[in-house]
Amino acid sequence: MNLDQLENENPNVFNKTEDRLITAQEEDDNVVDEFDRREIFDLIRDINDPEHPLSLEELHVVQEDLIEVDNHKNVVNVSFTPTIPHCSMATLIGLSIRVKLLRCLPARFKVTVEVTPGTHNAEHSVNKQLADKERVAAALENFNLIKVINQCIANRSKG
Amino acid sequence: MSTLELVQTLKKDNGRVWNVSWHPKGESFASCSEDKSIRIWAKDGSKYTNKVVLTDGHKRTIREVAWSPCGDFLASASFDATTCVWDKKNGEFTCNVTLEGHENEVKSVAYSSNGLHLATCSRDKSVWVWEVAGEDEYDCVAVLNSHTQDVKKIVWHPSKEILASASYDNTVKLFKDDVALGEWVNSNTLHGHESTVWSIDFDATGERIASVSDDKTLKIWKEYPPGNPEGIPTEDKESAWKCVCTISGHHMRTIYDVTWCPLTGLIATACGDDAIRIFKEENGCDPNAPTFNLVATVERAHSQDVNCVSWNPKTPGLLLSCSDDAEIKVWKFKE
Repeated sequence: MNLDQLENENPNVFNKTEDRLITAQEEDDNVVDEFDRREIFDLIRDINDPEHPLSLEELHVVQEDLIEVDNHKNVVNVSFTPTIPHCSMATLIGLSIRVKLLRCLPARFKVTVEVTPGTHNAEHSVNKQLADKERVAAALENFNLIKVINQCIANRSKG
Repeated sequence: MSTLELVQTLKKDNGRVWNVSWHPKGESFASCSEDKSIRIWAKDGSKYTNKVVLTDGHKRTIREVAWSPCGDFLASASFDATTCVWDKKNGEFTCNVTLEGHENEVKSVAYSSNGLHLATCSRDKSVWVWEVAGEDEYDCVAVLNSHTQDVKKIVWHPSKEILASASYDNTVKLFKDDVALGEWVNSNTLHGHESTVWSIDFDATGERIASVSDDKTLKIWKEYPPGNPEGIPTEDKESAWKCVCTISGHHMRTIYDVTWCPLTGLIATACGDDAIRIFKEENGCDPNAPTFNLVATVERAHSQDVNCVSWNPKTPGLLLSCSDDAEIKVWKFKE
């Protein structure tokens, strides 16, 4: 996305976490491997920020500690933290996280994506929009919007 | 102990089924889905089978389908901002009318009880009332801009020309044709829900409304006409509407739909926690503070969100449901 002026010109950039080490037990097909927060984090950490050529992980928009997974209740809750409280991209970022998880996780999961409490001016209205599945469904049929979302969640070459 | 027993599971669609609607004769029904198709189902012996697929009406998700009271017309509301009216005049269902005007997604459509009006509502915050002026002729008689956010659902009073709407602005509104003013007016606004009201339904008399919301509650509203014996104040000779019952603690996620059976008085809800629940009013309770008891729950009625529930208009206890899991289910309530 090209903007004439960046909203947050100088965001804090953080280090990426190391890749997950895969254990022998995890490669054993006979062991039931449930979803954990690290797996959810790995799905969303590389989503591109719509404003900067950086990932959501590098901007600390998503953090492993802000993810909850309950395999038995089929619940995944993700909190995300906009870099600035008036970020106009908050809904788009939330939608990108939601779409990525909708496409990757089994349909049994109820996914909730919300702004980390106290980190955005319009927290309530962003959360309400992201929770409304009818609005999300309609947004995903909007050709221009889905193009932008696909750009955000496209895999970046790791380097 | 009451139960809701599964009679049949139907699956043809490739995606989320948003809505199911019984034909007024109660022998067949229509469904619509995000795959842009409408299906009509009818009984073959003891089982329902898919008889007709209509695919050429809409370019985007079809959100709701509704039959006219005579059963000859089927209206469909779509995210493509149009409403289609289908009929069988030429032997098979064809779309002979396309209603345009909404700026974006049409979310709900319904015929009035006498079939003289059709209403639609949209994310553009408006409710439109159309007069059925003649064969294949619909005239817009009102554009109602009372809601401040998306309008999710509209239903007509079971016998009068009164329209109720539910919205993302957390309210339910009532509209009627004010004969003195010669225009449709917003007569009542029902405040009480703390988040989006997803659906509403009148009871058999039209004197009560059930509403369900993203706030996980089911509310019952009662009409108090002017001069009511309870002494509830009314304004300008308009009835007052009051919430007389809030049912909370049962639904774990957003409640997407409610249906109030005109034959049995049972209320069924469709919930984002995958469950269907049945509520029954306690015999002899105070009408100004009624008690509704949860009499049956099917926990995993579907494998994903339940989007819609609908009681059969002729057979008591026969219920339809549909879900994000692409399935339609037929249920029978047994006391």
